[in-house]
Amino acid sequence: MSASRTFRVLPGFHLTLGYTLAYLSLIVLLPLAAVFLKTASLSIAEFWNVISAPRVVASYKLSFGVSLIAAAINAVFGLMLAWSLVRYSFPGKRFIDALIDLPFALPTAVAGIALTALYAKNGWIGQYLDPLGIQVAFKPLGVLVALVFIGLPFVVRTVQPILEDLDTELEEAAASLGAQRWQIFRHVILPVLLPALLTGFALAFARAVGEYGSVIFIAGNIPMVSEITPLMIITKLEQYDYAGATAIAVVMLVLSFLLLLLINGLQAWTAKRTGRDR
Amino acid sequence: MTISLIRPSLLALALTAGLIGSAQAETTLLNVSYDPTRELYQAFNPEFAKHWKAKTGQDVTIKQSHGGSGKQARAVIDGLEADVVTLALAYDIDVISAKTNKFPANWQKRLSHNSSPYTSTIVFLVRKGNPKGIKDWGDLVKPGVEVITPNPKTSGGARWNYLAAWGYALQQPGGNEAKAKEFVTELFKHVPVLDSGARGATNTFVQRGIGDVLLAWENEAFLSVNELGPDKFEIVVPSVSILAEPPVTVVDGVAAKRGTADVAKAYVEYLYSPVGQKIAAQHYYRPVKPELADAKDVARFPKLKTFTIDGLFGGWAKTQKAHFDDGGVFDQIFTR
Repeated sequence: MSASRTFRVLPGFHLTLGYTLAYLSLIVLLPLAAVFLKTASLSIAEFWNVISAPRVVASYKLSFGVSLIAAAINAVFGLMLAWSLVRYSFPGKRFIDALIDLPFALPTAVAGIALTALYAKNGWIGQYLDPLGIQVAFKPLGVLVALVFIGLPFVVRTVQPILEDLDTELEEAAASLGAQRWQIFRHVILPVLLPALLTGFALAFARAVGEYGSVIFIAGNIPMVSEITPLMIITKLEQYDYAGATAIAVVMLVLSFLLLLLINGLQAWTAKRTGRDR
Repeated sequence: MTISLIRPSLLALALTAGLIGSAQAETTLLNVSYDPTRELYQAFNPEFAKHWKAKTGQDVTIKQSHGGSGKQARAVIDGLEADVVTLALAYDIDVISAKTNKFPANWQKRLSHNSSPYTSTIVFLVRKGNPKGIKDWGDLVKPGVEVITPNPKTSGGARWNYLAAWGYALQQPGGNEAKAKEFVTELFKHVPVLDSGARGATNTFVQRGIGDVLLAWENEAFLSVNELGPDKFEIVVPSVSILAEPPVTVVDGVAAKRGTADVAKAYVEYLYSPVGQKIAAQHYYRPVKPELADAKDVARFPKLKTFTIDGLFGGWAKTQKAHFDDGGVFDQIFTR
C-alpha cells in the first residue's frame, strides 16, 4: 500500500492506531453495542411504540430543546468570561479562574439540591422571583438553570487557549486600517474563535443532554411538562423494562451523535473557511 | 527423609488451621432493604446476632443495604448476593423470583401475615395548625390545595399513596372504577412536583416549603414530625387508607450457595418474635402481633379502617399492569 510507504518522523503508527481502536472498542463501543443488542430484543413495532409514546416524545423536546438553549447561553457568556479572563488582569483573577471549573468537580446531585434550595419559593433568590410571577424551581426554567450551570466550564475552557494565542497586533492593525470595534470582532476575532466556540458549544450540549443528577431535583418531573429523557429511562428501569430503557437510550444516542456530527461538520467548515485547517 | 515427614505434618497443620479458621470465621448475612428501614434494622441486627449466638454459639454479622425498593430489587436481579430481601412492596420481590428463580413464586405464603412482620399505612403530613383544614382524602382536591407525592412509576412507596387514594374513592357511596379514576386524576392535578423517590418528596415538602400536604408512610410521617419538630408539622389520619405491607423473604438460591440457609430463615422469623415486634413498633412500624410489642408504642398508632391490595385490587401483578405499566391508568391520567 502506498499509504504505508509514506515517510513518518515518528515510528509506531500501526501500534498506536491498534491501541486507539482496541481502547475505544473496550471503553466506548462495547457498552454502546450492549445497548443496541438489548434493544434488539424488541420488535420494530414494539420499539416504535416505546420511543414514540407521548410522554417520551415530550421528554425529547425538553431534553434536546433546553440543552440547545443552555449551550447557546453558555457560548455567549462563556466567551465573555474567557475574554475578560484572558485580556484583563484584575484582583482575584486566579480565584475566578479556578471557580469556573467548580461545576466539573461538584457532584451533580449537590448542584441540583443547591440550585433548588436557591430557586424554590422560600429560597434566597426564589423568594424575590416568586412575587414577580417567575417560578424557576420545579419548572422547565429550572432545568435550563441547572444545564447552564453544568455546561459553563466547557465553553470557557475550550475558548480560553485560543484567545490566549490570539495576536493583539491583528486587532491593532485592523483598527489602524479604520475598522470599527464591531467590525474587528466580527471579521478578525470571531472567525478565529468560531471553531473553538463550536467545540465548547458541542461539549456543553452533549453534557446537558445526558445530565441527570442535578436536573432531577429542580425539574419537578411532571409528565408531559418537565420530564427529561434520562428520567424516562430510569422510569423504564423501575418497571424492569430493560429493553424499553435501552430503546430510549438508543434514540438519545443516535440523536446526540447526529447533532454532534453536524456541529463537528460546521466546525470543520468554518475552520477551512478561515484558513485554520489543521 | 525429614522433608518427607515435615511436608505432611505441615499440610495437616495447615488443614487444621484452615478448619479452625472456618469454624471461627463469622457468618455474614446481607439484608437488602429499602430506604426507611435503615434505623429499624440497625436496632434489630445486633439483637438477632445476640439471639443467634445464644442459640447456636455462632457469631453472625448482618450487613445492610438500603436504597429505593425497585433499585434494590434490580441489584439483586443483576447479581447482588442478598441472603434476605426486605422491600417496600411484594411486587419487587415477585420480580426477583420471576427473573432469577432463586426462590419459589409462592414465597409470600412462607411466613404468616403475607410475609410482612410489620405494616404501615398512608397518612397525611400537614403544616402546623393544618391551615387548609385537611381531614380526609376528599379535602386534597379542594381548590388551592397542593399535594406532594413522589412519582408512582419510579417510587414503590408512591404506589401505595396512589392506591390508597384510589381505594378511598372506590369505597365512597356510589363509587366505581370511573369515579376512582376521576378522583385520582383530579388529585394529580394538585401535585406541583413529582419527585422520583419518597425521601425526595419529603425534602420538597419539608425543606423547600412546597405544598400543603405530603402523602407519606405513617412511619416516615412520625419520623418527620419527631425529627423536624412537632411545632412545624402534624399528622392527619384519613378515615380510610391502605394497609402497606412491606414483605420479607429468604433468597434461597443465594443462602444455599453461601451456606446461610438456616441463619437467614431464623433471621426473618425472628422479626415475628417479641424482640422483633417491639423494635418494629419503636420505629413506628405497626407490628402484626401488637400484643408482643410495648403497649405505649402501640398506643401511638391511631385506629383507622384499612383495605389491602389483595382484597381491593386483586394483588400486585394485576395492579401493576393495570395502573403503573406503560399505557396504564397513571399514564392515561397525564397523556389524555
